[in-house]
Amino acid sequence: MTDAAIALTPPRRRARDRGARLRLWGYGLLGIVVLGLVWELYKALGPEDGVVVGGARVLPRTTDLAMPHLWEMASRLAEPVTRADGARPLWLEIVLAAALTLGIAAAGWVVGVVIGIALALVMQRWRLAESAMLPWIVLSQTVPLIAFAPLVRSWGARIEIGAFEWQDWMSVAVIASYLAFFPVAVGALRGLQAPDAIHLELLRTYSVGWWATLRSVRLPAAVPYLLPALRLAAANAVVGAIVAEVSTGLQGGLGRLIIQYAGQASGDPAKAWAPIGGAIVLGLVAAGSVAILGLIFRNYRRAEATA
Amino acid sequence: MTTTPAGTAATASAVSVRGADKVFATKRGEVVALTGIDLDVAPGEFVSLIGPSGCGKSTLLRLIADLDSPTSGTVEVFGTSAHQARLDQRYGIAFQQAGLLPWRTVAANIALPLELHGVGAAERAARVDELIELVGLGDFAQQYPDHLSGGMQQRVAIARALAEKPALLLMDEPFGALDEMTREYLQAELLRIAAETRAAVVFVTHSIPEAVYLSDRVVVMSPRPGRISAIVPMNLGRSADRAEDIREDAAFFEMITAVREALHGAPVTGARGVETR
Repeated sequence: MTDAAIALTPPRRRARDRGARLRLWGYGLLGIVVLGLVWELYKALGPEDGVVVGGARVLPRTTDLAMPHLWEMASRLAEPVTRADGARPLWLEIVLAAALTLGIAAAGWVVGVVIGIALALVMQRWRLAESAMLPWIVLSQTVPLIAFAPLVRSWGARIEIGAFEWQDWMSVAVIASYLAFFPVAVGALRGLQAPDAIHLELLRTYSVGWWATLRSVRLPAAVPYLLPALRLAAANAVVGAIVAEVSTGLQGGLGRLIIQYAGQASGDPAKAWAPIGGAIVLGLVAAGSVAILGLIFRNYRRAEATA
Repeated sequence: MTTTPAGTAATASAVSVRGADKVFATKRGEVVALTGIDLDVAPGEFVSLIGPSGCGKSTLLRLIADLDSPTSGTVEVFGTSAHQARLDQRYGIAFQQAGLLPWRTVAANIALPLELHGVGAAERAARVDELIELVGLGDFAQQYPDHLSGGMQQRVAIARALAEKPALLLMDEPFGALDEMTREYLQAELLRIAAETRAAVVFVTHSIPEAVYLSDRVVVMSPRPGRISAIVPMNLGRSADRAEDIREDAAFFEMITAVREALHGAPVTGARGVETR
């Protein structure tokens, strides 16, 4: 047997992985550059009044008001938010707002992940629960956020347990968790049902119960399904937090800034893009942080060995 | 490990199947997988189950392992019901696929049953070292299964099956997916291991030379409905004492012919070959 040759393959494969990852980053950066070029090219060459087909404008106007130059947006970041004395630079305002939104989204993510995994466990344990709950879980995502965000807020405002008082940011976190739990519940359920029959059978010969099977086989086997679900949940939590900030009117977060600056766009068009850019970066940061979990759990992502 | 009263442990068969039937209900009606099975396996004996696909040899193994229960008849393992024997962990099992957990190292895979049954860390580590030595994987304890060849994975699976020193080893075509050279090598290893551990082995295979080389007795089964058509004792000396070169003995070929004739239900005419599967 060529045991040595077999033992030698992994390092080579790791090197190949690293090259592939660098290339992925390269493509990602290239995509951003292309997007910027498209923006500027269209602005330079497109008709002033945009492209109108049958009364509907399918491409935007190219005026400085509708589409400021990228460099104007960038330089606007360094200038103060308002002309008032002692006003903070715009970028700092965005960073502070993004930090608040990220904190709320993170709280929503944690709640969503806990609920999502709990639901998946219940559905895996009892088939009846799966048929009873899964349609409702899917249906839950069709409810428009705008519709129930004020509801959550007004219910929350009535909660008062001893010294605990419901805070406005908690409503936002609840709504973020509402978007975050869904991919986790679905992904975790698939993952928990993913173990090979042979592994489950082996555990049966050890005559151990559901918990031990869960711990030693089902949860580890679920990790490859769970990681993308957690990443989706992170992006969803950010979207949910921003939308909920808008619809509950929470001050200080990115959602509020997007509305506020959009209102000032006629006088200061570049400013309105700053919180939008901030929201995009925030989503990337949130999804990227979950990638760190992927590194921690990389042993659980090993390909199923072929016998 | 649980101990049985000394009296029964000494006298009881490792496996005792009495009048076992197994009927599966399918959409197209009932399928009789096994009918009228009677089989005894003595402690320390190596018994192979051989027969064409659909003869129920794997089903019989699953009855002994209590992964399925017989429709009628009884299956006893060391004097207790197969169910109790499973709860008491009286057997170790290996399947055609190694079935290693890909996220665990070789050592951690072997330790799995010990871990699940609450064996302490120190004792566990010592036992795992012993087993890794036994199956000759000393340098690979910290490797993951995806770095091992099929044969090495199967050796890990055997070590795992032996982890709790079972007196009975159940094996369902464990070498079926391996190339011929690895296969013969592991067969010799298995005989050595069975001799060292003094475990009884019930071994499912569809290879005649494999069955002959390994077994004290070969149980020949036939399909539709699955039943035992013959039990052929191997007159080749104790399986534990057999060496590689027995494969070239005249007695070995005679036994192969005997098993083949039992399989086909009539004397085979023509040249005596080493047709394998």
